[in-house]
Amino acid sequence: MRLLREAYYIILGFLQMLGAAGFFLARMLRLMPKALMRPRLIFQQIFNVGAMSLVLILIAGLFVGMVMGLQGYNTLSKFAATSALGTLVALSLLRELGPVVTALLFAGRAGTALTSEIGLMRATEQIAGMEMMAVDPIQRIVVPRFLAGVISMPLLVGIFNAVGLLGGYLVGVMLMGVDAGAFWGQIHGTVDLHEDFWSGVIKSVVFGIATTLVAVFEGYYAHPTAEGVSRATTRTVVNSALLVLALDYLLTAFMF
Amino acid sequence: MTTEEHKHSDHVVEITGLKYRVGDKAIFDRLNISIPRGKVTAIMGPSGTGKTTLLRVMTGQVLPDRGRVMVEGKNVARLTTDELYELRTQMGFLFQNGALFTDSTVYENVAFPIREHTRLPETLIRHIVLMKLQAVGLRGAAAMMPTELSGGMARRVALARAIAMDPKIIFYDEPFVGLDPISMGVIVRLIRVLNDSLGLTSIIVSHDVDEVNAVSDQSYLISNGKVVAYGTPEELEHNKSAWVRQFMKGLADGPVPFHYPAPDYAGQLLGEVDT
Repeated sequence: MRLLREAYYIILGFLQMLGAAGFFLARMLRLMPKALMRPRLIFQQIFNVGAMSLVLILIAGLFVGMVMGLQGYNTLSKFAATSALGTLVALSLLRELGPVVTALLFAGRAGTALTSEIGLMRATEQIAGMEMMAVDPIQRIVVPRFLAGVISMPLLVGIFNAVGLLGGYLVGVMLMGVDAGAFWGQIHGTVDLHEDFWSGVIKSVVFGIATTLVAVFEGYYAHPTAEGVSRATTRTVVNSALLVLALDYLLTAFMF
Repeated sequence: MTTEEHKHSDHVVEITGLKYRVGDKAIFDRLNISIPRGKVTAIMGPSGTGKTTLLRVMTGQVLPDRGRVMVEGKNVARLTTDELYELRTQMGFLFQNGALFTDSTVYENVAFPIREHTRLPETLIRHIVLMKLQAVGLRGAAAMMPTELSGGMARRVALARAIAMDPKIIFYDEPFVGLDPISMGVIVRLIRVLNDSLGLTSIIVSHDVDEVNAVSDQSYLISNGKVVAYGTPEELEHNKSAWVRQFMKGLADGPVPFHYPAPDYAGQLLGEVDT
């Protein structure tokens, strides 16, 4: 009985959070036209959120591609099918690894930064100060950061995929001796623009919306104490990761 | 001033029958307050009586459970967000910790509300910012970051920012807390000078009796959610009420007991009462 009651409260809490996040998103959408009038604020945040994540994405992309090249080569060589390595690396990256790994890294790098920044602004009354100066903090602080995240994510995924392919090429072709023509030719022949490329782009946009929404929402409603901000930051990583993985399954089921 | 004259004179803020609870605790219980235009009015009371909450109620940051809060003739609780923001452009609010933007310079902090609400050219914004900083004596600190400022300087920068848009009403939340005697003197003088030279209405929330007496035209004393006394500093000095005397003179014991309610002392020491 106690277990049931606890489960009830957990589900209730989850639904409440979902509702609050929905209202928050609606409020952001309402203020978006006004925020778009000041693109400079958005560009600043694209630098903070996107450009500052670049090194992490580059290194991670390279290593993921290299591991794919190595694992793919070892498995495919058992079936004498190493010429299909290019297809394996490209499809894995475009359809799954690119969007998912980038989103997870993005949540850890940019999401936490957004949550703690906004949370600390709340804790030090900077958000209340802004409200008292008749400036809507959602329009001035939150929406530019949200848009920056949504714009940055597909770009970061594109860079991750490109570097990942390069990593696969380095290991597969340069190190293991797969034929370069076969590697690129297979990719050219099998990767479908609509089915593989655009589905990856759609995933990256959805993940961008999800991770950034979680980050700014947790930051804005963080309890204004040191512990509150730290908890909100943790929740950003955990909730973003779970959300990305769940959405990934749903999107994959619908699109392929 | 009698209560009758009160009603007929021009009031910037009028609170009638204010009720507000947090959980089971009643913060305000049918509280009535009127703030006359052009004066410095202080709201005093012991810590924890909800003085800061009262400022938040007046500025629409907190909605009352019951009662009417009229600011410049508008019922704050009934305003839409846009109307509330419109009203707030006439208000300046000095937060206890300053609430400065920590990643902008002093100059940018003061320029912030001007940039947000006007489309003035940069040269004009520069003039206004320098004038406001000059008024608080910190023109020389324009390029500094808030983290480089002392507590008193940060509060003066916040004051310059609060008057950047030439408000009609200015709210001070505990402006004297944690300042050295010189900074305290500076703030006391600034509140008076700004009020008289800019034709403002100033509302101060504080428990520093001496400083408030030095600057205010009249004070409200609140306790347990109600107004206990009202009058000029002299009138309050000579008030007969034991509570008012205890508060104004800073006596440790009186109607407000030294001890917070607790179980029997001896019983607790001997373990007869659970802690």
